[in-house]
Amino acid sequence: MSSSIRRSLLAGERLWQRARFACKQAPTRIARDIFSWRFALLVLSSLIVVYPLLWVVSLAFSGQQSLTLVRLPEDAGIAQQLMVLIPLPEHWSLANFRAVLTEQPFLRWLGNSLIVAFATTIVGLSLSCTAAYAFSRFRFPGRARGMLLFLISQMFPAVLMLIPLYVIVVQWLGLGNSWLGLILVYSITALPFCVWMLKGYFDTLPFEIEESALLEGASRWTIFTRIILPLARPAIAVTGLFAFMTAWNEFILASIFMDEESRYTVPVGLRFFVSDYASEWGFFAAGSILVSLPVMLLFLWLQRFLVSGLSAGAVKG
Amino acid sequence: MAVIELRGVSKCYGNGPATVPQLDLEIRDGEFMVLVGPSGCGKSTILRMIAGLESISAGDLLIGGHRANDLPPRDRDIAMVFQNYALYPHMSVFENMAFGLRVRDFPKLGIERRVRDAAATLGLSELLERKPGQLSGGQCQRVALGRAMVRDPQVFLFDEPLSNLDAELRVQMRGVIHRLHRQLGTTSVYVTHDQVEAMTLGSRIAILDRGVLQQVGTPLELYNDPDNTFVAGFMGSPPMNLVRVEDDGVQLVCDLLTLPRPKLRGLQQHLLLGLRPEKLVYAASAPAHWPRLRGEIELVESLGAEMLVHLRAGADQVIARLPGLRVFTLGDVLELAFDPAAVYLFDAASQQRIHRDGARAGVGA
Repeated sequence: MSSSIRRSLLAGERLWQRARFACKQAPTRIARDIFSWRFALLVLSSLIVVYPLLWVVSLAFSGQQSLTLVRLPEDAGIAQQLMVLIPLPEHWSLANFRAVLTEQPFLRWLGNSLIVAFATTIVGLSLSCTAAYAFSRFRFPGRARGMLLFLISQMFPAVLMLIPLYVIVVQWLGLGNSWLGLILVYSITALPFCVWMLKGYFDTLPFEIEESALLEGASRWTIFTRIILPLARPAIAVTGLFAFMTAWNEFILASIFMDEESRYTVPVGLRFFVSDYASEWGFFAAGSILVSLPVMLLFLWLQRFLVSGLSAGAVKG
Repeated sequence: MAVIELRGVSKCYGNGPATVPQLDLEIRDGEFMVLVGPSGCGKSTILRMIAGLESISAGDLLIGGHRANDLPPRDRDIAMVFQNYALYPHMSVFENMAFGLRVRDFPKLGIERRVRDAAATLGLSELLERKPGQLSGGQCQRVALGRAMVRDPQVFLFDEPLSNLDAELRVQMRGVIHRLHRQLGTTSVYVTHDQVEAMTLGSRIAILDRGVLQQVGTPLELYNDPDNTFVAGFMGSPPMNLVRVEDDGVQLVCDLLTLPRPKLRGLQQHLLLGLRPEKLVYAASAPAHWPRLRGEIELVESLGAEMLVHLRAGADQVIARLPGLRVFTLGDVLELAFDPAAVYLFDAASQQRIHRDGARAGVGA
């Protein structure tokens, strides 16, 4: 206990000294940094990224539905007119969030999306992990061609598949308005990318580790689950996130497959706040922010698996 | 413990020429057999065929008297140590060593005891909780050894296990492996391209060139009695000097030396004369009847206790290992002598050794 306190005290002391050192030579350095072109470029690009987000946040917290955040007096001066460019609501309010969560079926849509996205991740990952392992390790006829076909399938725009998928999933399989239909379609459309991604990673894992396990008496399945999958965690995390986001953000297919309002996924539902018959921009903005929260949380949680070089030290090449 | 027999084993990839054409080799029970040869000679392929990691194209592999060609690796009761360790990076040292026993459903207490015993033997007891990433190369290889040991297999296979270590560690690990083999007495096959490792570790050595077995024997047999120029040139450091000589009916002649023609039947006109560098001595200290060898000093490599002196005369070149320190001037002519009994003769065309009738030792004058 006392040692940890002493350590943090030492760390604090060091930090203080570094700060003092920085202060001594600070004025010239800070000035040089601020007036450099790099700094300007970074500020500019940050503004470009942040500005639209600022609009959404302001709309969401404005408590109203209109796109006009500030009502200008008739005789507004140039300065006032310029102020409109900065999107800040006149009153901050949580009304939009409250309404979206209670008055609208938003929570239901969120639930639909979560179910579909998580199921897609699980189904997509289990299919692509096994497929990628086979493509990486086994030699079978059609191996190279199969990988090529995966690649080719990615070259066509997704909209192209709209009609065939509708026919297959809704008319033939009768899976319209069901989670299962969406899960199937999403996990399979995500498959080519996931397989390529994972195969690339599996290829970097040394063969000898598996050969060694094979000699020790492990079966292929044991090797796959107890050695390869744990080693491929960073790649699986990234691929899983991709599969999740494919399902989470998809709009067109979901809007066609799902007719009932109670079956909507979040992107489809959001669209209905702003349509021909309604323009509830406030709900739309509040909903968008709520939609991005799960992805953000997932990102934060997955970050710890993205440690690179997990296999470092396994073998010496 | 098991005898391994390879009977006419060959390996081809696709339709290309055979990597290993036809190999007959018996590895005796409890023996430490070293397969040695230059890279690409098929030694690793042979090892991998014994392990079951490569299929056998033709011939029979017998382990403990049973045909093992079609046995999957896990049923051969073999443990292998790889050049790059091949440890499981996400498992601790303990888990690495226990893995093989776990997948074979060993009782938990037995696993614990065996792993701790092996760790104690290899000096790994302090490291059991570490991950391979936190170990040095030598420690990694000791873990790999321990992982092989705990299962108490019939056969150990080593695929150039010391190649990734630095020189000092290599010597140390050589000692560890040697001691281990003496303790356990398990039949071992060891692949290396380093003739020093082969000489120091092997109970017997098999020398291979382009997939073909050149000679099998104890280290000293191979050193003293090479069957052909390849074996002669491979064993020993620096290797045996091989000088082209002509038989003029009376003498064997080349630019460096002349030697009375040995009384041998069927001598060809073109011969290769083999002479170990350590068999050359200063002419002044040699008996008068020993043949002389004269050449210009081209290079002197001083190793402290001894020197390697490179001599050249015309197109011929020899290396002499001479004791002590003496200052030479490059370009000077040096006269050395050698015992005529220490000379080996090879047929220049077939590269095969020409033995004196009946005798297996050197060829006398």
